Amino acid sequence: MRREIPILIAIVVGFVYVIAFFVPHPPLNKFQDWGNDWIQIIAGFAIVLGVLNLLKVSLEKVYKKSQGWGYAVIIIIGFLIMTAAGLFFSGGKNYQNPGTPFYDIFFNIYFPLNATMFAILAFFVASASYRAFRARNKEATLLLLAAIFLMLGRTPLGDYMSSWAGDWQLKNISDWIMDFPQTAGQRAIMIGIALGIISTSLRVITGLERTFVGGE
Amino acid sequence: MGAFLTLGIISFLYKDNPWYKFCEALFVGISAGYWFCTVFWSQFVAKLVDNVFPPAGQPPQYAYLVGGLLGFMMLLRLVPKIGWFSRWPLAFVVGGTAGAYLIGYALSNGMKQVKSTILPLWVSGNLNATVGNIILVVGTFCGLVYFFFSKEHKGTYGKIAKLGIFFLMITFGASFGYTVMARMSLLIGRMDFLFGTWLGLIK
Amino acid sequence: MDFWQKLLALDRRIIFVFVALALVIPLFFTAPPGFLKKIDISSPVKSLYDYVEKLPPGSKVMIAFDYDPPTTPELQPMAISFLKHCFLKDLDVIMIGLWPQGPVQAQFAMEMDILTDEKIKAKNLQYGVDYVNLGFQAGNEFVILRMGSDIAAAFPVDYFGTRTRELPLMKDVKNFDNIRLVYNISAGYPGTYEWVIFAGDRFGVKIAGGNTAVQYPHVSPYLQTGQLVGLLGGMQGAAAYEKVSGYFGKATKYMFSQAVSHAMVVFFIILGNLAYFITRGRKT
Repeated sequence: MRREIPILIAIVVGFVYVIAFFVPHPPLNKFQDWGNDWIQIIAGFAIVLGVLNLLKVSLEKVYKKSQGWGYAVIIIIGFLIMTAAGLFFSGGKNYQNPGTPFYDIFFNIYFPLNATMFAILAFFVASASYRAFRARNKEATLLLLAAIFLMLGRTPLGDYMSSWAGDWQLKNISDWIMDFPQTAGQRAIMIGIALGIISTSLRVITGLERTFVGGE
Repeated sequence: MGAFLTLGIISFLYKDNPWYKFCEALFVGISAGYWFCTVFWSQFVAKLVDNVFPPAGQPPQYAYLVGGLLGFMMLLRLVPKIGWFSRWPLAFVVGGTAGAYLIGYALSNGMKQVKSTILPLWVSGNLNATVGNIILVVGTFCGLVYFFFSKEHKGTYGKIAKLGIFFLMITFGASFGYTVMARMSLLIGRMDFLFGTWLGLIK
Repeated sequence: MDFWQKLLALDRRIIFVFVALALVIPLFFTAPPGFLKKIDISSPVKSLYDYVEKLPPGSKVMIAFDYDPPTTPELQPMAISFLKHCFLKDLDVIMIGLWPQGPVQAQFAMEMDILTDEKIKAKNLQYGVDYVNLGFQAGNEFVILRMGSDIAAAFPVDYFGTRTRELPLMKDVKNFDNIRLVYNISAGYPGTYEWVIFAGDRFGVKIAGGNTAVQYPHVSPYLQTGQLVGLLGGMQGAAAYEKVSGYFGKATKYMFSQAVSHAMVVFFIILGNLAYFITRGRKT
């Protein structure tokens, strides 16, 4: 029963969502509204689960004094400071108002850390382009040329370099690449993914897909 | 403070060091706290508690208790002996996602894309549109042929798949070009913060 | 090792230095004369602008802030220029977020750029009447589906903790039938894909997108099918919308730096390939 009930739940809920699209009237639309509300709440608890799991792992690291346990202490302290600020010291539901401790921590600590984490990728992209991007064969050459045309054509630099070329300016070439061959390839990928999703969804709704219920 | 943390992350470019590790750990902890607080106030309080125990004058909506119960069952995953309870809310979400995606993707990414690929291969008086339509139709078809791996890519079929690869390479090249653009944009923002907002050197 | 072999084995930290210089140095200079005139306004950008221009005053526009701090340089300028356009056209704006940081970004935009603008100050905008920020809700596409029947049920309270049904602007807004345009500013999942699939095609509401450059190619096929009214892509798209709106913002300011950095990456790609083919030629 540990596997059968979840599979039955998935089948029933899946069918409700499919039929509600074609019959958006009571009671199916009401069931779907409840389903949407409940999934929103479950999603919130799933996020809490992730956070609690992180705390569990960090606490274990500190308890066992594993390698790098000092940084686990920083994770726990950071979590406690932010949580205390958000739950107790920022005026309840107005916790995100400008001037609250929660808002200040977000703006002065979270924002620069989060932004810089992804910003340093620019360095790695440039380094990887130099070291690995080689026109070894026809396909790679095509990839490279498309990338170069787009990188130059999407900025005013392309205009400066090719203003003499009339209709064959870099920006026109890059627009054409995006409108036609790129759209064609992207569309093939989209349709392929859609077909995969349709088949997987059908497997879930008919109870054939059981991997999400795990082991025994 | 922002500059100290920004430079700490950037220091990783030279090599991994304690300053970077401190900033990384701080980010993980603050991030977890941020998500926790946001979910607490927006989901737990606003969506669950306020609907079951509403302000005076509004009827309680006990149906939300089912969502709360399913959410609580999700947390039981942390206890190994009763962790199997978390399969119920998971199944609920998986079933709902399957149902919603089946219709949504079939319509938006399946039928509408196919419909928009059925184009005239000859547009009288407009060579650009003719060439463009041919490329769209041929490119989409050949790309789809490439993704059909149940048949071996040999002979004529193989040549069509090869043409599909060329279109896909153009697609990936475009993606790469745009990815470079995106990554550079992200870094420009941080550089403006360091040299402009913090050091005041940029007007 | 000769020169070309040394080039192939170049320490990546030297490349990092060149990247930093290519990005930082242009920030200190004004762009060359005529540079800003060459910012291209593509047809997806123009379509979005024209669509907003045609909306009558009092129309409800929803802006979904589905991004976080890393993508601020690309997406925040898109949000600011679009908000300015909406407010100058006397449109009512409903801001929401499917990412938790999104509504905070919306608040930043309002405080730092919109409410301090002289033209918009003259409009005497009132929170709750002319614009609202409904905050964040978890659930991704299920939030969108819920909004299809009842927006106030999907977002029970706003960013400041006020009950949504008590906000004057929301009194005659039930679901997407009352919304003339959803403008989704997105950095990933959930984003424009989900808005097109679960809002646009399901409930018939018009969708426009403002995406990071990474996402733009993946979403662009929706333009040809008409599933998107308009689409802005990356910093170039943001600068284009600023230009067509007649507003000099951060995206325009950063375009010079962006152009130089692109040229530098292209230079490195060509140099790397040159070194590769020369050394490979010598081996054979």
